[in-house]
Amino acid sequence: MTSLTPQNAQLDHVDDHDEDHGSEHPDHRMFGLATFLVADAMTFAGFFAAYLTFKAVNPLMPGAIYELELPLPTLNTILLLVSSATFHRAGVNLRKQQNERCRLWLMLTAMLGLAFLASQMVEYFTLPFGLADNLYASTFYALTGFHGLHVTLGTLMILIVWWQCRTPSGRISANNHFPLEAAELYWHFVDGIWVILFVILYLI
Amino acid sequence: MTITAPQKTAPALPPLQPTGWLRYLSFSVDHKVIGLQYLICGFAFYLIGGAMAGAIRTELLSPVSDFMARDVYNQILTLHGTVMIFLWIVPVVNGAFGNYLIPFYVGARDMAYPRLNAVAFWLIPPAGLMLISSYFITGAAQSGWTAYPPLSITTPATGQIIWILSVLLLGGSSIFGGINFIATILKLRRPGLKLMQLPMYCWAMLGTSILVVLSTPVLAGTLIMLSFDIVAHTGFFNPGMGGNVVVYQHLFWFYSHPAVYIMVLPAFGLVSEILPVHCRKPLFGYTTMVYSIMAIVVLGLVVWAHHMFTSGTPPWMRLFFTIATAFIAVPTGIKFFNWLATLWGGRISLNSAVLFSCGFIVNFVLGGITGVALAQVPFDVHVHDTYFVVAHFHYIVYGGSVFVIFASIYHWYPKIIGRMLDEHLGRLHFLLTFIGFNLCFAPQHWLGLNGMPRRVAEYDPQFELVNQISSAGALLMAISTLPFLWNVIASAFYGAIAGDNPWRALTPEWLTSSPPPVENWKGDPPLVTHPYGYGTPGDEIDLNSASGSDLWRSGQ
Amino acid sequence: MLLVLGGLWIGQNINLLPVDASANAPIYDELFRVLFSIGTILFIGIVGLILFSLVRFRRRPGELGDGLAMEGNLPLEVFWTAVPAIVVLFVGLYSYDIYERMGGMVPLGHGNHGSETVADQRVWGGIGSTQDSQTATTTGIPPLPIEVTAMQFAFLFHYPDGDFISGEMHVPVDRPVSLRMEAKDVIHAFWIPEFRLKQDVIPGQPTVLDFTPTRTGTYSIVCAELCGPYHGGMRSSVVVDSTDDFDTWLQSNRKLPVAEA
Ligand code: HEA
Ligand code: HEA
Ligand code: CUA
Ligand SMILES: [Cu+2]
Repeated sequence: MTSLTPQNAQLDHVDDHDEDHGSEHPDHRMFGLATFLVADAMTFAGFFAAYLTFKAVNPLMPGAIYELELPLPTLNTILLLVSSATFHRAGVNLRKQQNERCRLWLMLTAMLGLAFLASQMVEYFTLPFGLADNLYASTFYALTGFHGLHVTLGTLMILIVWWQCRTPSGRISANNHFPLEAAELYWHFVDGIWVILFVILYLI
Repeated sequence: MTITAPQKTAPALPPLQPTGWLRYLSFSVDHKVIGLQYLICGFAFYLIGGAMAGAIRTELLSPVSDFMARDVYNQILTLHGTVMIFLWIVPVVNGAFGNYLIPFYVGARDMAYPRLNAVAFWLIPPAGLMLISSYFITGAAQSGWTAYPPLSITTPATGQIIWILSVLLLGGSSIFGGINFIATILKLRRPGLKLMQLPMYCWAMLGTSILVVLSTPVLAGTLIMLSFDIVAHTGFFNPGMGGNVVVYQHLFWFYSHPAVYIMVLPAFGLVSEILPVHCRKPLFGYTTMVYSIMAIVVLGLVVWAHHMFTSGTPPWMRLFFTIATAFIAVPTGIKFFNWLATLWGGRISLNSAVLFSCGFIVNFVLGGITGVALAQVPFDVHVHDTYFVVAHFHYIVYGGSVFVIFASIYHWYPKIIGRMLDEHLGRLHFLLTFIGFNLCFAPQHWLGLNGMPRRVAEYDPQFELVNQISSAGALLMAISTLPFLWNVIASAFYGAIAGDNPWRALTPEWLTSSPPPVENWKGDPPLVTHPYGYGTPGDEIDLNSASGSDLWRSGQ
Repeated sequence: MLLVLGGLWIGQNINLLPVDASANAPIYDELFRVLFSIGTILFIGIVGLILFSLVRFRRRPGELGDGLAMEGNLPLEVFWTAVPAIVVLFVGLYSYDIYERMGGMVPLGHGNHGSETVADQRVWGGIGSTQDSQTATTTGIPPLPIEVTAMQFAFLFHYPDGDFISGEMHVPVDRPVSLRMEAKDVIHAFWIPEFRLKQDVIPGQPTVLDFTPTRTGTYSIVCAELCGPYHGGMRSSVVVDSTDDFDTWLQSNRKLPVAEA
């Protein structure tokens, strides 16, 4: 019934356990992160769908204010797009083992992130409506707030990466650049969401 | 005959985990331990949810509300639905069997992310306990497992918020699990093992996990919005503030319809593993099975509004969703006919695992047929939110998924424990469950057609007799749990020693010792290219090139 | 063959439904009989196959061999993909036809209520009325408008004709009725089993429901959407009167502006 032929004995088994059993392969971690981001994107998709439906079928209640200014969010869009580029530079430099330059670019990215958050705060405080004022106000804050949470998390991750690649032999280095790449993928994702958000909330 | 096992033995490794029973209470990262943790934890919640069903059926013995207060009835009903779905079926058909079997099937020593896996499991007990405890602390949520606003906004807030929190945790657990399964199946396959050579359960879990990853986050977002409405007085779903209650229903069902396939696709996969072994026949139509799973995944994402035919949706929408929903019967039907063909001409061993699998087919077909009827708008307009719907989905979730869980326990118990279960008790269990189940839920179709709405503690006296019959069936189901529990516990100590492969099965999990060693294989994992290669003499096929589809293209 | 005939017979002859008392109930029952026949044929066929396989192909004691190594059969697979596809397509089209005859496909929100409809307020879903607008123009009987308010835990019926509110619904037999429904607090659902009609009553979004009662008698109105602790007790009744009785009832109520709450 079971014929055992050793023909494939030369094939290594997958999970080579040298010293470290539980550890995941870097490429698999990236894959997992990407899958997680798909899930995350669906959360946003839910919010967007809700917003668009509200907009299509629920008229603004009489007396409710829902007006958005463009300048700040446009600035924010630029900030984030630039930060994606700077993050990319950081990664390139890390792989070239130029940790100092990498850290500079990282710091710049983090600063851009913080600037984004700051200007978002300014926008929040100058808006003529509050969270519970009306349907659009609520959805607006839910969407931008949820996105802002992502930016905050991303900025924290950048700062951690920045700290951990102090030296070429540190936790994060040219040999182990997974954390940086993970943070970078996440950051690009957050940017991408912002662009969609910007178009849907502010432009249409 | 198509298995190639390397002869080389790896050097003895230090054990990775604590051994002994204590590891089941630990933050173990061994997929087999985690699988059992899911199973046992889920079963405990099944008993709790079943006790609640018992309370529901007791209340419904008489047409007046006498056994418990009306709001308590609503709490019990909400908890019953939530516990059964989120703490029993979903964790068990996905988490328990998925974790136990998938690494074997792909030829790996563990899941792709063992620690994430452990985290996913350990989210469940606290979430479940929190949910149950809300009943004792402040009173549980009482707006049904669907939590439609504005009712969920106006009922006592604490219970509802706890409900939201625990469902969020359980959803998170399910997403983490889904990511893990996708990565394990796609990335951790043993070199040389092709996708189309995987056992069917892998495909089922791949499809399920895609659904989990795509739809659960939407539920999370929706529940966050709902909790804002409750806590921060926003107006998403509050008509008093211009909100739209129907949007909630769309978002909710965008998750919860796929959720029903999350509950049943893995069960389909498990049946596909069990039947070939006990029929001594290859799984019929492997390729079409794979395509139909994927078709169910795709269609499953676009049929959600069939739960909302009476909620004020525009006519075109109802038409679209009727057609889309009814079409799910086609890929599902393919799977059923393939199973029938697998039975046909086999050497069927009539053991408990097969009986439960066949019970599943019978029950699910009935539930599926009532489902297709429900998909027809004009039909649904009459029976929506009645006991007809309750009958439909219990035929599917209980008659389908729960029957498969029992079948799987009978099938894999020797693998997990190393001892056989008692067949006589198993058959008694099947008989009691099958009779009790049909006695309980078949009459409910009639109740629904004749005017009994669901979620009521008091009803029109003309329905009293039929409700009592139904409750008697529920009692029989409760009794049927006893031989099962006795069997499972006693056999662990006194059961006949199973040996490594009591069923003479060809799927990879049987090609190691029972119970398996910590890293699954003493040597290298075997390469199993024909998990269902029953009935073919080993020397007749070219081991290096043949695959299942080659065989059947060449004319059986 | 026998199976098909048996299924058809069962479908046509076993009646699981309550009496029909509205114009669309017989249409509904027709659909039900078709679905029931198809379902019976399928179900009995599959159960028969399973039982046959289990008995015929059961493993005899001591038997250890394997079954036939058939891994698939393309024509068979095509066959059982095509048959269900045709069946569901047929059922889908048929039920579409039924739905159209029940008035479900009427675009909503266009003045079902004549002068009653507030122009800028959108009407959400429900079952409109082909029959009525046709009968209304051909027979000249305008539909009877009733405004339904649902709240925890009762239905209120406002008759614009006499401008009074009643706790029980009275309708004349054989005359189209046009309901406009709105909820005060949470979602309820308006269901009359004998009419085979159900429509959610949603706060903030009015819905409509049109029907023509055909059989005099008293039927219950059931709330079918969970709406709180007393959801099970939220019932009312509809009295289908002969035209004369209805007129008397309408007259008697018109005198007292607020009647039987
Ligand atoms: C595991 C869970 C599960 C599964 C798999 C299904 C499967 C299906 N369900 Fe069900 N359903 C639920 C769980 C499930 N359901 C739950 C929990 C609810 C209630 C939620 C609530 O309100 O609380 C519900 C409610 C529900 C409704 C809403 C009813 C209402 O509230 O008014 C509808 C309507 O269309 C529906 C339809 C279907 C259909 C068409 C299928 C199909 O997938 C079935 C397909 C299978 C078959 C058809 C059988 C096999 C096929 C053949 C043998 C081929 C030949 C067949 C034909 C040609 C017909 N379901
Ligand atoms: C998903 C899985 C699932 C499962 C397995 C079940 C199992 C059962 N369900 Fe459940 N049910 C739902 C999911 C499920 N249900 C959902 C989603 C709803 C809708 C909720 C809503 O409307 O929001 C529902 C609603 C629902 C209703 C409708 C209530 C109403 O609308 O008013 C009824 C009524 O009969 C019912 C009955 C039962 C019964 C008798 C069982 C039986 O099969 C249970 C059998 C099991 C046992 C009997 C356990 C045996 C053990 C013991 C008794 C030992 C006691 C243990 C201790 C004391 C620790 N269920
Ligand atoms: Cu009103 Cu239920
Ligand atoms: Cu569904």
